[in-house]
Amino acid sequence: MKATAHDFKNAASKALKDDNLRQALHRVETGFAGNRAAAISRLPEFHDLRDEGVAIKMHVLDHLDYYLERFEQKVIETGGQVHWCTTPKEARDTILELCRSVDAKTCTKGKSMIAEEIALNPFLEENGVLPIETDLGEYIIQLADEPPSHIIGPAVHKTKDQISDLFFEHHQKYGKTERQSDGRMLVNEAREILRQKYIDADVGITGANFLIAETGSTVIVTNEGNGDLTQSLPKMHIVIASLEKVIPTMEDASTILRLLARSATGQEFSVYTTFSTGPRRDDDLDGPGSFHVVLLDNGRSKLAGSEDRELLRCIRCGACMNHCPVYHAVGGHAYGWVYPGPIGAALDPHFIGIEEARHLPNASTFCGRCEDVCPMRIPLPSILRRWRERAFESNVTPPAERFGVGAWAWLAKHPAFYRVGTRLAVRGLSLLGGRRKRIAKLPLAGGWTATRDLPAPAGQTFQDQWRRQRGRSA
Amino acid sequence: MTSSSRQAILDGIRRGLGRGPVDGADKAALEARMTAPKANLIPARAQIPHGEQVDLFVRMAEAVETTVDRVDGLDAVPGAVADYLAANNLPSEIRAAPDPALDAIPWQDRPLLTVEKGRAENADATSVTPAFAAVAESGTLVLHSGPDNPTTLNFMPENHIVVLKTSQVTGTYEEVWSRLRARDGGDGPAPMPRTVNMITGPSRTADIAQQLYMGAHGPRRLHIVLVDDGQE
Ligand code: SF4
Repeated sequence: MKATAHDFKNAASKALKDDNLRQALHRVETGFAGNRAAAISRLPEFHDLRDEGVAIKMHVLDHLDYYLERFEQKVIETGGQVHWCTTPKEARDTILELCRSVDAKTCTKGKSMIAEEIALNPFLEENGVLPIETDLGEYIIQLADEPPSHIIGPAVHKTKDQISDLFFEHHQKYGKTERQSDGRMLVNEAREILRQKYIDADVGITGANFLIAETGSTVIVTNEGNGDLTQSLPKMHIVIASLEKVIPTMEDASTILRLLARSATGQEFSVYTTFSTGPRRDDDLDGPGSFHVVLLDNGRSKLAGSEDRELLRCIRCGACMNHCPVYHAVGGHAYGWVYPGPIGAALDPHFIGIEEARHLPNASTFCGRCEDVCPMRIPLPSILRRWRERAFESNVTPPAERFGVGAWAWLAKHPAFYRVGTRLAVRGLSLLGGRRKRIAKLPLAGGWTATRDLPAPAGQTFQDQWRRQRGRSA
Repeated sequence: MTSSSRQAILDGIRRGLGRGPVDGADKAALEARMTAPKANLIPARAQIPHGEQVDLFVRMAEAVETTVDRVDGLDAVPGAVADYLAANNLPSEIRAAPDPALDAIPWQDRPLLTVEKGRAENADATSVTPAFAAVAESGTLVLHSGPDNPTTLNFMPENHIVVLKTSQVTGTYEEVWSRLRARDGGDGPAPMPRTVNMITGPSRTADIAQQLYMGAHGPRRLHIVLVDDGQE
């Protein structure tokens, strides 16, 4: 998708005024977080499992080349093919070529963030292969022509009314001329329409939560079963996955699966976890005739050896955004690229550059909840801090901010000036606060005071108070 | 071309890691990790005697809206299936997996029940399949594809009935993988089937305003006839 991350500030202030979005985000904040906490309290070993999950992923990153080759060898042995792609363009071209090899007119698609990353849908459509999203959330946003706003709930920002409208508008051509407002009826209508799509599709494309080197299997996790119909009915199954999805064994997958659903939705286990290995066997009664894995790099081979490599441990559970005060306030679209929330703020600059993504590392209060809840213990705040430094070093930060930070740095390095300066500032602000002890307007701080008052400081600096207190107790 | 991309990707990874291809003793150690896979930490929850594992499995399955009917032997299965269909107002027709494991069931005891075999067709309302195993830890069924077990039976019909034997219930996922690797009795691990499905409850979605609805694309109902076969 085309990045609009540079517009974060505008998009965020618009999002703050969108009442429908406020409702939806409130559900994210309460629903997901509560369910996760309950699920974790039922599994005393959860935090030890996190440590093991981290160790598995670090072991893989240290031997990523080996495991990828081993995975490929097994895919070939079981009758499939692996297509290595360095760039999104190469991945798109490969998928189109595969679709053309079976004269595909339509393909059904399971949920895949990598497909979003390479902007697959518009490309296929332009080239005469109609992609149909089958995950209900993805289907809804495909009808709305919007990107996902959450990595596990792509349509969390949509209200039921908006979905009714979309279905009413787009389903008339299937003879559905009545507007449904009941959730169950909406689900049934989508089920009926998509069922025929699975049957008619020539190619089924899914993502992958894991690639298993031991067996050459790809693994998907869903609650709807859409990924299964997507891959078992058409002639060809294409899996699109990024490098870091590879793990050694089924046992390793099991450990991480114990973390995934609990962190994501608070389920003990997702409804469907499916291991796909090669095409259908000769005497099988169903299944795809051919099996292809499109393996996307898009900069990850470099990232694997860099100081931000821990980002590649991410299992895309969504917990970090479900617990992020900034995400709760602005939602997913404001981030302006594929991955929203804390993981997006830390990851997106690697893909779209820090110039485009310059606001994202600032879209954080550094409260640290994302790191606390991340099953893979990714140090998201530290990575965001590094991005702020990199933005500063590469002159991406705006001049006023650079001046402010520069002045602050000078003061911090000259303690005598710092003491005098802060003492004056604190007294001044205290006077400005008056009897209400609140400041409603302040030069240079209009951004803050436009929407709220600044509490006035107590009239003495911390250092002065500290010295007095110590003097008293000594 | 993807063959040059393959090399570029592998080279890029190695450059980042500051080393060449893995070989020698390191490679042997990595290979051993995969040919003799070891379990990681296993939660205590399901490390209990087999009888309790079966009870735990039933509790966990019911907690995710699977229904379970426990019967004493295969003879009781046709009755249990017919009763289930009647109770849910479903047509007295099933599409069964052509698996010999189901052939031992005396379907003829229920002459009004129509039993067809084969892969699922879109019009099928109810499928009946065996399972390969089940996991007590999370109430999960494990099924795999093969000439006798088309995967479409697990997803196309609105109602999926699984005939499971108590001896197939294990504590954990890891035990299932051991059984899966050992299932052909050969020396090395048996080849993976095309599809292995872990199923934990009927299909559902929360994509409409985070409300939970059953039957998004797969079965709306998942029913287990749990046959006590007196074995562990
Ligand atoms: S960064 Fe952690 S919490 Fe966020 S999606 Fe990835 S694994 Fe989940």
